[in-house]
Amino acid sequence: MRTLIKNGHLIDPANKRNGNFDLLLSEGKVEAVEPKGKIKEAPGLELIDAKGLVVTPGFCDMHVHFREPGHEYKETIETGSQSAAAGGFTTVAVMPNTSPVNDNRSITELILSQAQQTAIVNILPIGAITKGLKGETLSDMGELKEAGCIGYSDDGRPVSDSEIMRRALEYSKMFDLPCIQHSEVLELTRGGSMNEGVVSTELGLKGMPTEAEDIMVHRDICLLPKTGGKLHVAHISSGGSVDLVRQAKAKGLPVTCEVAPHHFILTDEACRGYDTNAKMSPPLRTNSDLEMIKEGMKDGTIDIIATDHAPHDLVDKQVEFSKACFGIVGLETALPLTLKMVDEKVISLERAIEMLTSQPNKIFGLDKGSLEVGRVADIAIFDENKKYSIDPSKFKSRSKNSPFKDWKVRGKILRTLVNGKTVYKSH
Amino acid sequence: MTQTATLSRKNIIGMENLTSEDIEIILDTADSFKEISTRAIKKVPTLRGRTIINLFFEPSTRTRTSFEIAGKRLSADVINISGSASSTVKGESLIDTARNLEAMNPDILVIRHNCSGAPALISQFINCPVINAGDGAHEHPSQSLLDLLTIREHKGTLKGLKVAIVGDITHSRVARSNIRAMQTMGMEVKVVGPPTLIPVGIEELGVEVCYDIGEGIRDADVIMVLRIQLERQNQGLLSSLREYSNYFCLTEKHLSNVSNDTLIIHPGPVNRGIEIALDVMEGPRSLILDQVTNGVAVRMALFYLLLGESDANPN
Repeated sequence: MRTLIKNGHLIDPANKRNGNFDLLLSEGKVEAVEPKGKIKEAPGLELIDAKGLVVTPGFCDMHVHFREPGHEYKETIETGSQSAAAGGFTTVAVMPNTSPVNDNRSITELILSQAQQTAIVNILPIGAITKGLKGETLSDMGELKEAGCIGYSDDGRPVSDSEIMRRALEYSKMFDLPCIQHSEVLELTRGGSMNEGVVSTELGLKGMPTEAEDIMVHRDICLLPKTGGKLHVAHISSGGSVDLVRQAKAKGLPVTCEVAPHHFILTDEACRGYDTNAKMSPPLRTNSDLEMIKEGMKDGTIDIIATDHAPHDLVDKQVEFSKACFGIVGLETALPLTLKMVDEKVISLERAIEMLTSQPNKIFGLDKGSLEVGRVADIAIFDENKKYSIDPSKFKSRSKNSPFKDWKVRGKILRTLVNGKTVYKSH
Repeated sequence: MTQTATLSRKNIIGMENLTSEDIEIILDTADSFKEISTRAIKKVPTLRGRTIINLFFEPSTRTRTSFEIAGKRLSADVINISGSASSTVKGESLIDTARNLEAMNPDILVIRHNCSGAPALISQFINCPVINAGDGAHEHPSQSLLDLLTIREHKGTLKGLKVAIVGDITHSRVARSNIRAMQTMGMEVKVVGPPTLIPVGIEELGVEVCYDIGEGIRDADVIMVLRIQLERQNQGLLSSLREYSNYFCLTEKHLSNVSNDTLIIHPGPVNRGIEIALDVMEGPRSLILDQVTNGVAVRMALFYLLLGESDANPN
């Protein structure tokens, strides 16, 4: 089966292509990339007319929670992968805070086997840094890598003990995989459910100050020169942390970071009215943080966009604010929210695609996110001008928790291909 | 009272949502109800046949009793449910509990909850009017209203008065409700306490912050002393109650520098000798028991105004 995607506007930052190119796919791979019209249509060729549409490598989200095993009522690998495909994502890295935790080969294999049977996109497991995410003893990082893990994280929790983090950075070096830190000094956020500031004061909710993030980002950066490990800062949310990463990068330290769309779109004002869909960890910050995050996106301090897709059922969200779970469905709103940054001239469309495709693949040493000849044909096709309002009830995700309900946005995924096959098509 | 007086809200979630007109109406109505509680037969038929449910998830003597008495003096049937006796201990969600209670057709649900925002959450899921009887560190509107009534009775007016709120501002719903209400009524609010108990960003609400009680109360028309909770010591917010008292306990010595007309109020329960000296508490400027008396009148007014002036004149 061969497929021709023609008349589209190809943006493929890995290969510095940004223009009118046609793509010929065969056997799940890219067979040819040629200027518009050069590839001849032939009988038996599946045709996809992408006139007026943008064609890019499939997006890659290095930070999702698919809840399987353990909390399948919120999301499964199957439903999560459908949510990913609907958002244009063809590769997602699943965090290990499942139940049981993905801290050993058997769980990694279970996840990959479920993915094999049920997922419509590529599922890459992330292994735990410490056994049981307890922050006490290192997990068997070698075994996890051999089983298929592509990085290590205790996400949802930070590695609080400085010595354990130091050893994790040292030991992970042997396997050349990054440690992804959820940066939060728990002593400063104890009992907190939103950013600390005037809004938390007005709502009478315990706050989580930005310093809690900054201190741990700084500590981890301090651990880099001697350990030689690679640090990836998950879901950066505070302006101070962006500055710290910028300074570390200037010194040539091996640190990268990601930002979630809600952290460049929303502030803690969204928590007013006790909307639990605005309850995130790290919390939504203030305008000044937002400005510094945008600055970091603009100057390249922030490497990638990752959604921190955190589906939760109503039973975990339709409750008292302080008792609600943290997080939102992220995969299906990532593109339109990212395009808002293009509209605000924070980043170019090409840079946005780079942050969603080639950059994450580069950081995690993956072979996707590129549409060079011979590469896997994982592709997203979207209409960047399509305007609509976000309707969480139509999400493919099993959960519908989103603070973006009824937001008027532009940019809609029309088709997603994995291995050259269409896995999602918008109606 | 004017027969046409109605509130702009069907729920009393916080002072944040009430206009100065709303507040005036409630205080005027409460004023007119005070006399009922002085009668030998302290009951009028105004809310006969009405059902009020008090759903309390936190311990309370004063507020729960006050709401109960207020309902009963208006002849409503009042049911009290405490959190420990409710189905939430069996795992029922707050919303389900509220919906189930609503299915029995009460006319008002009064809720006290330790989580900020709980009454607001409930009010989104049921149609029956909700009165917040205190939620976490968010609001305690009926307390604020009884404070205002007490102040107005003694000062004749609210506008232009200067108030110093002394104590644990961070954890106080009374402080938050009063800051909002007093600003709505044109009063000036200063908060006084150790920096560990002053919440981040409070200045942005238009409140002056002071760490010195003497300076903080100097020009105050009203001093509101807040209860200091004993457990704050273990949270690193206080070095010791002894030291707290040394710096913030309101004593006669402090009062020697302020006007004789300065009023002293406290939402209770009082830790005698910790946040307020015994002689001050029992001194001539203290209105602590007047507040409790006014609490009943204010809550009668809230019930009456929310349920409409259906079939009887209270007088």
